[in-house]
Amino acid sequence: MNAQIIKLFAFITVCFAVLVGFTSYWAVIDADNLKNERVNKRPLFEAQQIKRGTIYTADGAVIARSKAQGTGASRQFVRRYPTAGLFGHPIGYSFISQGNSEFEAFHNSELIGDDSEFTSIIDEIKGEKQVGHDVITNLDSTAQRTAFDLLAGRPGAVVAIEPSTGAIKAMVSQPPYDPNTIPDSLTELNKDPAAPLLNRPTQGQYPPGSTFKLVTAAAALDSGKIDADTTIDSPASIDIQGNPLANADATDYGDINVETALTHSVNTFFAQLGEDIGTDTLYEYMDRFGFNSKPEIDLPDGQLSVSGVFDGNKLLSPDEGVDVGRIAIGQERLLATPLQMAEVGATIANGGKLMKPQIWKEVKDVDGRSIKTMDPDQQSDVISEDSAAQLTEAMKAVVNEGTGTAAALSGIDVAGKTGTAEVPGRESCDGLPNQAWFVGFAPADDPQIAVAATVECTDGQGGTVAAPIAAGVMQTLIGE
Amino acid sequence: MGARVSRYSARNRELLALVPVALLLTIGFAAVFGQNDDRLSNLSLSYGLYFLAICLATHIYIRIRLPDADPYLFPLMALLTAFGFVMIYRLDAEFGNELARDQANWFVLGLILFAVVVHFLRDYSVLERYRYTIAAIGIGLLLAPRLPLIGAQVNGAYLGVKIGPFGFQPAELAKICIVIFLASYLREHRELLVINARRFLGLTLPPLKHLGPLLVVWGAAMFMLIFIRDLGSSLMFFAAFLSLLYVATGRLSFVVIGMAMFMVGAYFIYNLVPHVTDRVDIWLDPYQDPGGAGYQILQSMFAQADGGLFGKGFAESMVAIPGTDGAPLLPAAHTDLIYTLIVSELGLFGGAAVIAIYLLIAARGFKVALMANDGFSKLLATGLTAVFAFQAFVIIGGVTRVIPLTGVTLPLVSYGGSSILANFILLALLLLVSNKARREAREGDQMATTGGWQ
Repeated sequence: MNAQIIKLFAFITVCFAVLVGFTSYWAVIDADNLKNERVNKRPLFEAQQIKRGTIYTADGAVIARSKAQGTGASRQFVRRYPTAGLFGHPIGYSFISQGNSEFEAFHNSELIGDDSEFTSIIDEIKGEKQVGHDVITNLDSTAQRTAFDLLAGRPGAVVAIEPSTGAIKAMVSQPPYDPNTIPDSLTELNKDPAAPLLNRPTQGQYPPGSTFKLVTAAAALDSGKIDADTTIDSPASIDIQGNPLANADATDYGDINVETALTHSVNTFFAQLGEDIGTDTLYEYMDRFGFNSKPEIDLPDGQLSVSGVFDGNKLLSPDEGVDVGRIAIGQERLLATPLQMAEVGATIANGGKLMKPQIWKEVKDVDGRSIKTMDPDQQSDVISEDSAAQLTEAMKAVVNEGTGTAAALSGIDVAGKTGTAEVPGRESCDGLPNQAWFVGFAPADDPQIAVAATVECTDGQGGTVAAPIAAGVMQTLIGE
Repeated sequence: MGARVSRYSARNRELLALVPVALLLTIGFAAVFGQNDDRLSNLSLSYGLYFLAICLATHIYIRIRLPDADPYLFPLMALLTAFGFVMIYRLDAEFGNELARDQANWFVLGLILFAVVVHFLRDYSVLERYRYTIAAIGIGLLLAPRLPLIGAQVNGAYLGVKIGPFGFQPAELAKICIVIFLASYLREHRELLVINARRFLGLTLPPLKHLGPLLVVWGAAMFMLIFIRDLGSSLMFFAAFLSLLYVATGRLSFVVIGMAMFMVGAYFIYNLVPHVTDRVDIWLDPYQDPGGAGYQILQSMFAQADGGLFGKGFAESMVAIPGTDGAPLLPAAHTDLIYTLIVSELGLFGGAAVIAIYLLIAARGFKVALMANDGFSKLLATGLTAVFAFQAFVIIGGVTRVIPLTGVTLPLVSYGGSSILANFILLALLLLVSNKARREAREGDQMATTGGWQ
């Protein structure tokens, strides 16, 4: 019987080898697939058990922190946002059932401390719990608060950028939402017609109105089509593409240069200038400013909108029958995000160079050691320094004597441009037809901050509604 | 002189082999206690010492009563028990239970039973005399869960008996009874089965006259499948039966026929008994009902996926759903799915280590069978070892989806009194066989070296 016993042992050895094989399959070979399985809630619970890093403003205020609930292996962390709705945009939220949004989503791997595979394997062997890194933003709590209060609940957006670095100092969207309420009210917030979850600075697409004349002027000056002294006869009304196009104040300005045209926001001047430089050139400059592609900011792709000329949801290219004369004055089917218009202001303020906009500033580990810091990164060389200087002069005149006087600050030169786009028939606006804009920067000679402010659904003008908001934000940031 | 050396060197090896058990317990308990000192009473640390003291006492008892027995079987089984004990203690730490204390008490009772069996069964050949009684007891135990008043249904299978507050899994004890019966029966009939065999269609068939009792065993396995609805236990019993049949007759064809019959029977029952149908369907596709019938096996796979090569670390795997009051994420972590918990926390290496211990026990058990000098001893040691090994295969195979998941315990590791008691009786029988075989071998050697044989 001994031979059979040995064969039986061999058979049992094979059976056990099969067990080791299957264990290897689940534990190692197929592990990644199992972890990604929709019904597998373990990775989700696990993320909940990692102490997510704290998010700070540049001046050290806490935007988001994680609080422990329970003990032992069932301990979990819940996100708390001490400033309620103030940083709801652009920071977003992070909850286990509702997921991550906006900045919390984009910087998720840093916030949960996902370092290189190598360190995490070592930690695993040591049995150490993963701890998230802290992320410090460029956001300034005072500027954010100022912008938030000045919008005063009106739907709209404010974006403030440091022109030389691209650092986002303030980004406000209203109506606001309180991220602390997300676990209970995400569904209702999603259905809310006022769209509080929309981050208007990056997702809101609005007709930019006359603020777009900055792009037209930049293209004309930089391409050499005109210089500061070139004049164009600008009557009260002209025909563009067979349809009449008039100045807002119905004034015949006669022969004027670009500075005068910008100061009084003369439509007939810029419409002719647009036709003069042509669709291709205007599009080229739009591209350089960042139009026609998603902004290169540290927010998730799905929460960024493109600025450009649209037919419905379709972005139109220059050869798709666009009316360049009307694009040049911010009409036609042109839509722009507040961030895009702030980038236009920041580019002119920075001598024609567009810096990549960035919200994050620094990542620190749990012991306070710096892991990485933001490097200012030039996104594109848009216009020459000379052209930028000429535009700055014209924008100063807008604030000093033109449509933007409400943006003036005592003792500080402000450069800017107003805009008032009429959007008739916008359902959510109760018959208030205007989209009011202001884009500018200050101090004009040594720009520290560029701002775009916009208010939806108003019967006021850019100069009366949006300019004071931008002025307040600029003052706060320069005052510091 | 030489005799004294060999007798005691075996026991000294046994003592030395208990060192890993002590180390495992010390490190395991220290780790759990270090992490959860706020939730554990200081008393709980003493369970570890208690456990070790009992191991030492057993060792001394074996030294006195079974001086020639295999030196590794007891330390290996103690190691498995300690492994399970540490995992149960770790779960206690999380859930504030006192299951480790219960398990330690069962361990004491198990070893007392071990001593009782060793004491009263010095001549285990008396078992042969009572083989039909023992078989009847075994069958009775298997049927007990279907009896009114005491039967208990768990997850659609009839595996437990409940008398007042005491639950019991009779299949654990039944497996020993059945093995004793089969060993004895086959010892007597094996020659007849072989000699009168005839060849038919290239297969060697046992004579019809002697096939009867074997058909009865097959019928019993099928009956169990229908009656207690447990594919796992049924598979375990039938595999042990076929192992013994093969070892007794040396005819692989008997095994092939047996397996074919089991499969045909199982297939019909699969179609007839809804509970078995569900179990098999969930095994084939657990994703069809991820929140219900497929939950346990899916969670088992997911928890193992978390383990990787080295595991998440001791006491680091999620057993309860975070934020709830202990709602199970890994159900039955202390019983059916304890192997999953080991893989999740100690990784593929931890799981492979557990399987390796079972393999070593199988190796020692079969070594006992090889050394035994009479047919009954050989078959008894083979049967006990095989049923032990197949039980481990059935439950580990269940949680790793090699076969449908069923509710048998992982021998000595899972929480549960019946399993501990039954397996220490099994150990007692194996050591009795071993003690006799090795004593005879030693005495034979002695004779040979002193020239006193003739």
